[in-house]
Amino acid sequence: MSQLKQAILSVTAAGDKAFVPYIMAGDGGLDKLQPTILKLQELGVTAIEVGIPFTDPVADGPTIERAGERALANGTTLRKVLETLTGFADQITIPLVAMTYLNPILAYGVEKFAHDAKQAGIRGVIIPDMPLEESGIVHPALKNAEIALIQLVSLTSTPERIERLTKASEGFIYAVTVNGITGARSSFAGSLDDHFKRIQTYTDTPVLAGFGISAPEHVKNFGSFCSGVIVGSKIVDSLANGDWDIIEELVKASKASAVK
Amino acid sequence: MTTNNYTDQSSVEIKGRFGRFGGQFVPETLMTALQELDEVYDKVKNDESFQKELRYYLKNYVGRETPLYFAERLTNTIGGAKIYLKREDLNHTGAHKINNALGQALLAKRMGKKKIVAETGAGQHGVATATACALLNLECIVYMGAEDVKRQALNVFRMELLGTKVVAVDKGSATLKDAVNEALRHWVTNIEDTHYILGSAMGPHPFPTIVRDFQRVIGDETRSQILEIENRLPNAVVACVGGGSNSIGMFYPFIKDKEVALYGVEAAGKGIETGQHAAAIQGGQTGVLHGAFMYLLQDENGFVQEAHSISAGLDYPGVGPEHCLLHESGRATYGTVTDDEALEGVKLLSRTEGILPALESAHAIHFAANLAKTMASDDILVICLSGRGDKDVHTISAALGGDLA
Repeated sequence: MSQLKQAILSVTAAGDKAFVPYIMAGDGGLDKLQPTILKLQELGVTAIEVGIPFTDPVADGPTIERAGERALANGTTLRKVLETLTGFADQITIPLVAMTYLNPILAYGVEKFAHDAKQAGIRGVIIPDMPLEESGIVHPALKNAEIALIQLVSLTSTPERIERLTKASEGFIYAVTVNGITGARSSFAGSLDDHFKRIQTYTDTPVLAGFGISAPEHVKNFGSFCSGVIVGSKIVDSLANGDWDIIEELVKASKASAVK
Repeated sequence: MTTNNYTDQSSVEIKGRFGRFGGQFVPETLMTALQELDEVYDKVKNDESFQKELRYYLKNYVGRETPLYFAERLTNTIGGAKIYLKREDLNHTGAHKINNALGQALLAKRMGKKKIVAETGAGQHGVATATACALLNLECIVYMGAEDVKRQALNVFRMELLGTKVVAVDKGSATLKDAVNEALRHWVTNIEDTHYILGSAMGPHPFPTIVRDFQRVIGDETRSQILEIENRLPNAVVACVGGGSNSIGMFYPFIKDKEVALYGVEAAGKGIETGQHAAAIQGGQTGVLHGAFMYLLQDENGFVQEAHSISAGLDYPGVGPEHCLLHESGRATYGTVTDDEALEGVKLLSRTEGILPALESAHAIHFAANLAKTMASDDILVICLSGRGDKDVHTISAALGGDLA
């Protein structure tokens, strides 16, 4: 079992829900990466999704896109992020998940990426512009490095696809909660409950909900029918504003004590 | 209609792949829509009632077939091969773009989708799509880079007159590639009732195939016209390549005719060596953008670089996957023409034939003029004149030191 899956299952076994914040590496400068990751770790998050900026982030909404533009303007690259992470990997106790578009990995070299990412503490990878059908391009190298390749399941995925995606997904299943791109939303479709139940029938791999989750009540609501949540835009905004109170509230909402 | 089947591996398409190029590198949310599009298109392309409807509009609305015109003064001026022009500039809306926009709008109706999203660079595909949507009563939204909105105010106004909503994209480099990003985001968010009319032979499968099939009418007509006029096939065919829709439409019916040399012309902008160009095949490396594995302008970090060309229609950092294969297999030859050379091409055709070509097509004119000189006087060369230059007069005037704007 992958280290990532294990980390999530141990959280849910204790009655809590997994909480995975997304941060944009290099937003505010790469020297912010170490203190941010260590502080999130201290707050008790389950894993951290580390976003790699890209020039053409088609799956991202305005908040993350702008954070990516700021990171690019700071000269952030995949190589620099991996180097920075490797520099303090011995202090990281939770799994890191890299979220990167495919082309930076191809330019870096797939084998070299898998090797260097592992050194950097990366235990899972999400590639939003690489559906399952195209994953052969990176999967063997990641498998060798024992890095989980996480599949996204969308509301538009057909039942047949959902079954294939959930069975193929490693670490966890990233269940997209809206039709669209990343970014905070105030409401969600009513039928999500059934959608999540269907996803979970095919596998014991934990299902995490993501896209649009921005408030403690979203964390609690989604927590009631899946293993946890990924929070992106709200975290990115809060970090940019130095607003750690909001982040603490979100993390707290994933704990068993908050549900009671 | 003539049908050709590929006869060797150098140019064969297998399930959305052209050799190692193409594919479907898109977010999961789009996969179901792409598969639906693929299935519907597979049915429709063999459906005689659909093809009949398409032919009806192409003939009576677009004005096809377009002439294959012997450019006698151009031929005599250059001295060399006999030069023919395939007159796509005479289509309704002034370029080949309408062939695809109309075909895909009809396809959207078959899928029961009432809303259309599209991207545009200079505005030619946007205008063609807005036109098809007005004709077929579809709601249309077009994303256009904020820089292009400023440079092409006339086309923005044309689209709005046609009832289309134009949205300026001020993200990234605020040009065509960013307009594609935004159109993709819009499609992901409105997937249930919206079809994306992609404007070139690029993007995720099945778009490169669909766009090529709707543009192959250019090559099919050319093939039968030249056989009628000259009773033989041309020695060479030349077309400009941005994403590559007019060129793949022209090339496709000739691919199995090995005696016909195929030449694609990319935009060298200010010169390949300056880095300010749009020549993905000549000056890029393989990578993934907008759903396809293709040649791509990028830096060593895999970040996509901005393209540059005087011609907004060629100003794209990638190139369609089928062209990538034709280049790799050697079936087609790709060359480049700079901004300055394209302007020479504009002047040459204007003065010898009284035809003002689009800046895109002028790249093909300049390349073909040089090529014709090396050929025998009984050889035949066909140029795809993909569009007319009325839209470019301000740009051309400014480049030649005028103050028309």
